[in-house]
Amino acid sequence: MKNTKSLFALMLLVAGFSATPAVAAGGGAELEKANIDPSAIPSLQRGARNYMNYCSGCHSAQYVRFNTIGKHLELSDEQLVDNLMFNADKTFETIRSAMPAAGAERWYGVAPPDLSLMARSKGADYIYTFLKSFYVQEDSPTGVNNVVMPATSMPHVLWELQGYQRAIFSEHEESDEAGNVTTTLHFEGFEQVSEGTLDAEDYDDFVRDTVNFLAYIAEPIRGERRKIGTWVIMYLIVFFIIALMLKKQIWKDVH
Amino acid sequence: MAKIEAEVGQQKGGLLKWIDDRFPFSETMKYHVTEYYASKNFNIWYVFGVLAMVVLVIQLLTGIFLTMNYKPSAEEAFASVEYIMRDVEWGWLIRYMHSTGASFFFVVVYLHMFRAMLYGSYKKPRELIWIIGMLIFFVLMAEAFAGYLLPWGQMSYWGAQVIISLFGAIPGIGESLVEIIRGDYSISDITLNRFFALHVIALPLALIGLVFVHIVALHEVGSNNPDGIEIKEHKGPDGVPLDGVAFHPYHTSKDLVAIIVFLMIFSFVLFFAPEMGGYFLEYANFEPANVKATPEHIAPVWYFTPFYAILRAVPDKLWGFILFGLSVILPVFLPWLDRARVKSIRYRGWIYKAALTLFVISFISLGWLGVQPSEGVYVLAARIFSVIYFAFFLLMPYYTTIDKTKPVPDRVV
Repeated sequence: MKNTKSLFALMLLVAGFSATPAVAAGGGAELEKANIDPSAIPSLQRGARNYMNYCSGCHSAQYVRFNTIGKHLELSDEQLVDNLMFNADKTFETIRSAMPAAGAERWYGVAPPDLSLMARSKGADYIYTFLKSFYVQEDSPTGVNNVVMPATSMPHVLWELQGYQRAIFSEHEESDEAGNVTTTLHFEGFEQVSEGTLDAEDYDDFVRDTVNFLAYIAEPIRGERRKIGTWVIMYLIVFFIIALMLKKQIWKDVH
Repeated sequence: MAKIEAEVGQQKGGLLKWIDDRFPFSETMKYHVTEYYASKNFNIWYVFGVLAMVVLVIQLLTGIFLTMNYKPSAEEAFASVEYIMRDVEWGWLIRYMHSTGASFFFVVVYLHMFRAMLYGSYKKPRELIWIIGMLIFFVLMAEAFAGYLLPWGQMSYWGAQVIISLFGAIPGIGESLVEIIRGDYSISDITLNRFFALHVIALPLALIGLVFVHIVALHEVGSNNPDGIEIKEHKGPDGVPLDGVAFHPYHTSKDLVAIIVFLMIFSFVLFFAPEMGGYFLEYANFEPANVKATPEHIAPVWYFTPFYAILRAVPDKLWGFILFGLSVILPVFLPWLDRARVKSIRYRGWIYKAALTLFVISFISLGWLGVQPSEGVYVLAARIFSVIYFAFFLLMPYYTTIDKTKPVPDRVV
C-alpha cells in the first residue's frame, strides 16, 4: 500500500496548485489584497451602481446581460430599468458603453477595454490596487499617472471621490561592472494633495464593491457552480461507499 | 410452446442466440471481459488506463455539445466561448468539464506511462502495446495543442505562434513547413479553421482507432503486473491462469471504486478551482487574441512545459528543436534501451531505482522550469535537468546491464 500513499500525496500536490497563482501581474507596486466577498449581495449591488455610474460611460461589458445581473443580485426588472439601464431598453441586453468605439481609439490612443473578463485575466487585487494608485503628474495628457500601470491612458475617473494624491519615489543608483550608473525609481507611498468627497476608508469600500462586481461579472455562475459542486461530491461519497462494499463482496473469495 | 416453436422454425436461445449467429457478441464479451484474466495483485498504479478511457469519453461527449455552440472563426470564437459560459444552459459545466478533462487526460496518461516504467510493462512481449501507447501520446499532444487554439485568447494565439514557429528552425524546408501548418503568413482565421477540423475530426478519429488497437494488443498478450510475472505460465487444469482473476466482475468492481475517487478529484477541480491557479486555464487566455500585443510572459500549458524547458535550455534554435523532438520521441525506444532481465522495480537493483528517481525529479523540475522566465539560474537548472533526462534514456543500456537484480518468484506473491 506504499504506492497508494505516494499516489495520494501526488494528487494532493496537484490539488495544491489551486492555491498558488501561476501569473503575477506586472507593474511597479505591490498589489493590495482586494478582500472581496462574492456572496455579499449588498456589496455587489453597490458595485453594479458604481459600475453603471462611473465605468459604463467608456467601458462596455459586452457579455453581461442585465437580467443575469438581476437574477443573481436579487433585483427586479423595474429596479434594473430604473437604476442601472441608462442606455438599454430590454433587460436581456448587454452592457454597452456610451462611447463610440471609433472615436474612443482616436481620443485615448487605445479603446477602453471591455470589462466582462477583466477580473479574471488581471485578478481582483490588480484592479483594486490600480483604482487606488492614480497620482498627479502635470505633464501627462490626463494630468495623472498610475503606479500599477504606468503611462495608462485612463484618466482618474474617481478623482471627485478620492481627491488627488502625489506619489513619492526614492531614487536608487546602481552601477554595473563597466561603471555605468543607472537610476531606478522605487515607489514609496502616496501623499494626499486634495480631499475628495469620501475619506480613505470609504473610498476603499467604494473600490472594493466595484471590484467585487467586476469579479462577479467575470464569472456569473461562480456561486452556482460551488453550490452544485458540494452536492456532486456528497453524492460521489455515497456512491463511493456503495462501490467499495460491492468490491469487497466480489473480492472476498480471492486470496 | 415447443410445438409452436418447431412449427415456425424458431430455435432456443432467444435474442442472444440470434445475434451470436450473426455477430461474435458472446465470444467477444468472453474474450475481452468475462474471461479476460488479469493478475489479482494489481495495485493503484493499474487504474490509470481505465481512467484515461473515462477521460476520453468525457472529452468526446462534452466536445460534441461544445461544437454545437462554438464558432470556429477569428471574429466569433472568443465570444462564442463566453456565450457557452454565460448563455447556454449548463454550457459552463460542459466547458469546464472539457477544459478540466484536457489537463486530467495528461495527469492520468503521465501516471499510466510511469506505471509502465515502474513495472517494466513495455518489455517483451509488450513492446507493441508500448509503441501504440506512445503514438496515442503523440496524437494526444497534437489534439491538446489544436484544442488550445480554439478559445482564441491571448495564450491560445501566442502559445500557438511560439510552438508553430519552432518548425521554422528546420533547415531548408522550415519556413515553408510553418506556412503549410498555419495556412497563412501568420496565425489567422484560416489556422483556426484547420485546427478546428483537426481537433474535432481527424485527431479524435486517430485517437479512438489507436486506443482500440492498444487494447487489442494488450488482450493478446495479457496485462503485466507489479511483480512482472507472466501469469499465463502457470495455468490451472481449466486453462485459467492461477494468479489471474476475470476482468469482470473482479477488476471492473475495483475500477469502479477508482473511477469514483477520480471523479471526486475531478469534480473538486471543476467546481471549486476550474482555473487551477492559472495552470488549467491560463489567466491571460481570458483576454481575446490580440495580434498587436504580445503578452509579457508566454508559457505553454503545464503538460507541455517539461519538453518546452528542454527546448529553451539549448542556446541554438535548430539544436533546441532537435533535442525537444528527441525528448518527446526517446521513450518509444524504452523496450530496447532497457536491458534488465527483470521487469518490475521490485526485483531491480539500486541503480535503476536511483536512475528512475532522478528521472522523475528532473521531469517534474523541467515542468516547473517551463513556466518560469528563461533567465539566470533557471537556465542553468534547466540544462542540468535536461542532461539527466537524456542520460536516463541514453545510458540505460549500460546501467540496466550492470544493475544487480533479485530473483523473480514463479508466482504472484
